[in-house]
Amino acid sequence: MTKILETHDLHVYYGQHEALKGIDLSFEEGGITALIGPSGSSKSTYLRTLNRMNDLIPNVTVTGTIKFRDQNIYAPQTDLVTLRKEIGMVFQQPNPFPFSIYDNVAFGLKLAGEKNHERLDQVVETSLKQAAVWDEVKDHLHESALSLSGGQQQRVCIARVLAVSPQIILLDEPTSALDPISSSQIETTLLKLRTDYTIITVTHNLQQASRISDRTAFFMNGEVIEMDDTKKIFMNPARKETEDYISGRFG
Amino acid sequence: MSPKTSNQIAISMLYVIASTIVVILAALLGYIIISGLPAISWHFLTSPARAFTSGGGVGIQLFNSFYLLILTMLISFPIALGAGIYLNEYAKQNWVTALVRSAIEILSSLPSVVVGLFGFLIFVVQFGFGFSILSGAFALTFFNLPLLTRSIEEALAAVPDAQREGGLALGLSKWETVLHIIVPAALPAILTGVILSAGRIFGEAAALIFTAGQSAPALNFTDWNPFNMASPLNPMRPAETLAVHIWKINSEGIMPDAKAISSGASAVLVISVLGFNLLARFVGHRLFKRLTAG
Ligand SMILES: Nc1ncnc2c1ncn2[C@@H]1O[C@H](COP(=O)(O)OP(=O)(O)OP(=O)(O)O)[C@@H](O)[C@H]1O
Ligand SMILES: [Mg+2]
Repeated sequence: MTKILETHDLHVYYGQHEALKGIDLSFEEGGITALIGPSGSSKSTYLRTLNRMNDLIPNVTVTGTIKFRDQNIYAPQTDLVTLRKEIGMVFQQPNPFPFSIYDNVAFGLKLAGEKNHERLDQVVETSLKQAAVWDEVKDHLHESALSLSGGQQQRVCIARVLAVSPQIILLDEPTSALDPISSSQIETTLLKLRTDYTIITVTHNLQQASRISDRTAFFMNGEVIEMDDTKKIFMNPARKETEDYISGRFG
Repeated sequence: MSPKTSNQIAISMLYVIASTIVVILAALLGYIIISGLPAISWHFLTSPARAFTSGGGVGIQLFNSFYLLILTMLISFPIALGAGIYLNEYAKQNWVTALVRSAIEILSSLPSVVVGLFGFLIFVVQFGFGFSILSGAFALTFFNLPLLTRSIEEALAAVPDAQREGGLALGLSKWETVLHIIVPAALPAILTGVILSAGRIFGEAAALIFTAGQSAPALNFTDWNPFNMASPLNPMRPAETLAVHIWKINSEGIMPDAKAISSGASAVLVISVLGFNLLARFVGHRLFKRLTAG
C-alpha cells in the first residue's frame, strides 16, 4: 500500500507549551483512521497541522516534517490554497456559509473560476449524493443552508469539501454536536466515502471509532501511544494505557 | 423585605422609567408631526423657499439633504468598510491599533459644531472648496466615519470564527474569505448601521452651517450636467439642507409664515429620519431572512 501522508518527528508548540511531542505516523491511501484519546491530548492540534490550519494561531511553532505524497507541506514553496483543496476539513460545529445549499457546495469551484453551469450543477449533485444528503435537499437547493438541521448542515459541509475533489478529508469530532440519528447518518456517509478518499477523523465516541475506522491511533499527553488496526486496538492493544482508556478506566 | 417584594418593586420602577421615556418620546414626535402636518403639501415639498413673502417651500433643501447624504455615503462607506475590515480581520492587537481605536473613539465624541468649524478651515478655506456640497460632504464624512466604522467592525465581529475557518479550510485566501464569506454574512448588520447613520447625517445641522452653507440658490431641475452652476448635481454649489433651513428660519426667518414653514420642515425631517429607521429594520430583516432562510 502506498503511503499518502506521513508525519515525522512532528512537534507543535503553543508559545512555550509543547502540545505535540514528536509524532511519527503514516497513513495509507483510502480507509478511515480514527484519532482517539482523552481531552487535551492534542488530537485536534495534530489534525490541524495536517492542512496547516494551525498557521492561523499566533505563536505556534511547528517542527519536523509532514509529507503529503512526496511533498513536504511545511516547505516554503507549498501553496496553501492547493494544499487545502487536496486536504479538506470538516469541523465539529457544522459551519455552512449563510448562502443557499447550492452555493455552499458550488462555492469552492466557483471561486476557482468554474463558470460552466452544467458542470456546476453536476458537481453539486454528485457531491450531495456522495455526502448522502441529496434526497433530503434536492427540492430546495436554493434555500439557505442555515435552514437545515444540524445533521443535514454537516453533510452539506462534507459535500462542500467533496466538491473541490480532495484526496484526504480531515474531520474533527464531526458528530459530537449532533443527535444520534444524524450521527449515524454521518457514519454511513463516511463508510461510503472510505473507498475513494483517505479519511482521518477525531472522535470521542469509542463505539464510533470501532464501528467505522480501519485503523486507530491513540493519543495521550501529546504523544501517540500506539496506532494499529482498529480491531487490534480494541480487542488486544499492545500498551496498558490504551487498554485502560478503551475499557474506560480513565479519560 | 422578601426577595419577592423587592423584585416586584424593581420591576414596577423599571416599568415607570420605561413608560416615562416612551411617553416623552411619543409626545415629542406627536407634537412635531401634528403641528407640522398642516403645512405639508405637494407644493411645500417641491417649491423653493421664499425669504420675505409667505408660500415658500422646502423643495431645494429637501433635495440638498438627500444629495448631501448620498455624497457623504459614497465617500465615507468605502473608507469605513476598509477600516472596519482592517481593524476586525487583519489588525494585530498592539499599541498601533489601540491608538487607532481611541482616535476613533475621540472622533466620535467630538461635538458636531467643532467638526463643522474644522471642515470650514480645511475644506472651505484651505482647499478652496468654498461653501459647497463637497465641503459639507467631507465634514459629514468626519462626523460619520467613527460611528460607521465602529458599527461595521461590530457587524464583522459578530460573524462566528467558524465561518472564517470554513473558508480557509476550503483553500480560500484570507482576503477571499473576508470578501466572499465574512462581508456577505455581515451584510444585514452592516446595512442596518449604514441606514441608521444615514438618519443621523440627514438630521445634522451644526456641521453643515459653515461648510455646505446657509443659502439654497435656485436649481434648474432639467439641467443634470454637474458642471453647470444651476444643476442640482453640481457639488460645488452652496447647499442649505433641511436641518440647516430649520435652524435658520428659527434664528433669523422674516417670512410671515416662518412658524408654519419651520414646523412643516421639522415634520418632514422627523418623518424622513423615522423612515430611515424603519427602512433599516426592514432591509436588515429582509436581508437576514434571505441569507438564512432562502
Ligand atoms: N490555540 C491554542 N493556544 C494555546 N494552547 C492551545 C491552543 N489550542 C490547544 N492548546 C493546548 O494544546 C493542548 C492540546 O489541545 P487540543 O485541542 O489539540 O486537544 P484535543 O485532544 O483535541 O482535546 P479535545 O478532545 O478536548 O478536543 C491542550 O493542552 C490545549 O490547552
Ligand atoms: Mg479537539
